[in-house]
Amino acid sequence: MQGFGEILALAFDLVLSGDGDLAEIVWLSLRVSISATLLACLIGLPLGAVLAIARFPGRNAAIVLVNALMGLPPVVVGLLVYLHLSRAGPLGFLGLLYTPTAMIIAQTILIAPIVAALSRQVLEELHAEYAETFRSLALSGRQTLAALLWDGRFALVTVALAGFGRAVAEVGAVMIVGGNIDHATRVMTTAIALETSRGNLALAMALGVILMMLALGVNAAVHSLRLTATRWSHA
Amino acid sequence: MTPRALCNTPTLFAFTAAFAFWAGPSFAAEPILVQSTTSTANSGLYDHLLPQFQEATGLEVRVVAVGTGQAIKNAANCDGDVLLVHAKAAEEAFVASGGGVSRTDLMFNDFVLVGPASDPAGIAGGEDVLAALARIAESGSPFVSRGDDSGTHKKERALWEDAGATPGDEAGAWYREAGSGMGATLNVAVGMDAYTLTDRASWISFGNKAAHRIVVEGDERLFNQYGVILGNPEACPSVNAEGGQAFIDWLLSENGQEAIASFTVAGQQLFFPNAPGHD
Repeated sequence: MQGFGEILALAFDLVLSGDGDLAEIVWLSLRVSISATLLACLIGLPLGAVLAIARFPGRNAAIVLVNALMGLPPVVVGLLVYLHLSRAGPLGFLGLLYTPTAMIIAQTILIAPIVAALSRQVLEELHAEYAETFRSLALSGRQTLAALLWDGRFALVTVALAGFGRAVAEVGAVMIVGGNIDHATRVMTTAIALETSRGNLALAMALGVILMMLALGVNAAVHSLRLTATRWSHA
Repeated sequence: MTPRALCNTPTLFAFTAAFAFWAGPSFAAEPILVQSTTSTANSGLYDHLLPQFQEATGLEVRVVAVGTGQAIKNAANCDGDVLLVHAKAAEEAFVASGGGVSRTDLMFNDFVLVGPASDPAGIAGGEDVLAALARIAESGSPFVSRGDDSGTHKKERALWEDAGATPGDEAGAWYREAGSGMGATLNVAVGMDAYTLTDRASWISFGNKAAHRIVVEGDERLFNQYGVILGNPEACPSVNAEGGQAFIDWLLSENGQEAIASFTVAGQQLFFPNAPGHD
């Protein structure tokens, strides 16, 4: 069994060697998971906002449902998407199975509930805080929504990062709908699973370290954007 | 940006355009999709074959590596052009059901029984796999099964039956189903000092052998035949029959068979071509 120092060294070697295959896999991981995060935000943020401020019958049940869907197992999402996108399935004619698009769809389904549930929590608290102000300004529902989304933007970025983290780390869904095809649908997590099954545990772990660095990089980038934005708004 | 602005047509158009760009280019020639057993992919055989095929024909091959059982099911769902697996009876049943055009022998290797150096069942060095399995059952030595309906799993179940020692439910203590691919199962076997059945290619190219080694090999019952099948375009109109047939023709040709024979890992040949007419 290799020590962790050796694994770290292997990870750095891999990165520094400028391996084309690795770059391809890293780029696809980012492309798929960032796309899924953006789409999940397009779906989840409005849904979360509506659940936060609208009052309608069945709202509590809807909130419980969305919260429960945060626990969707990736492999179940993968199967669900596979059954739809398979040539034998209802959407088979689109020919999307084993493409990055299929992987984006699966990850979007996986993390949209996370974005919706967490943003609902954030926006509901914010709404409770500002309810008086909004009433005194006589804002319409739509204006309230926009104001809440804007005021909660920093917390919502963290929500989006939670979704991204889940997407970039999952293997169950992308393995089934992507197929882990070399040069086509292989991402970091499926590559790690493959190297583990080849018994190349040190290489698998090194890829895991690179994936963690990737997540760190994305989070750092978003955080520095946020710091810049804060400074800018106070200037 | 207000929520309303998010929904107007130019914005949606911009999102769609950006998404289409981001989601990547489409390919000119339709790639050939192969549903494959894992041993051929995990051992690196495709990394060796596909560049040669691509050079010869300019066609791109994409491989989805799953267990033989799942590969056949995926192909039955029309999610593949070519099937490359190793469970002759299941392959013939698949062709008979109209899922595939015809089945051809492609290459072979053999299965081996691997186990811990301590060899609790005392079977190391033997050649009779049935006697070895009977000894494992008798001594209750840990054995890890694929348990995933793969070609190797089917083989293993057949061997237990022939040995007259089919593990039942009461065998749970020593007979454990990993429910995973070959590599994951080997990792489990190494982790719990257990015996397991594996194809030789997966074993030789496996990087986490620890103190495990081959304990039984050479029994003719351990023969492992790989076959190749073209998906049936009549049952599955989406099948890339032209590309799939080109790939199969190349695999069965002199060049393809030589390419298979020239693939080695650690100096050992992993697959032995035996297409009809190339003995």
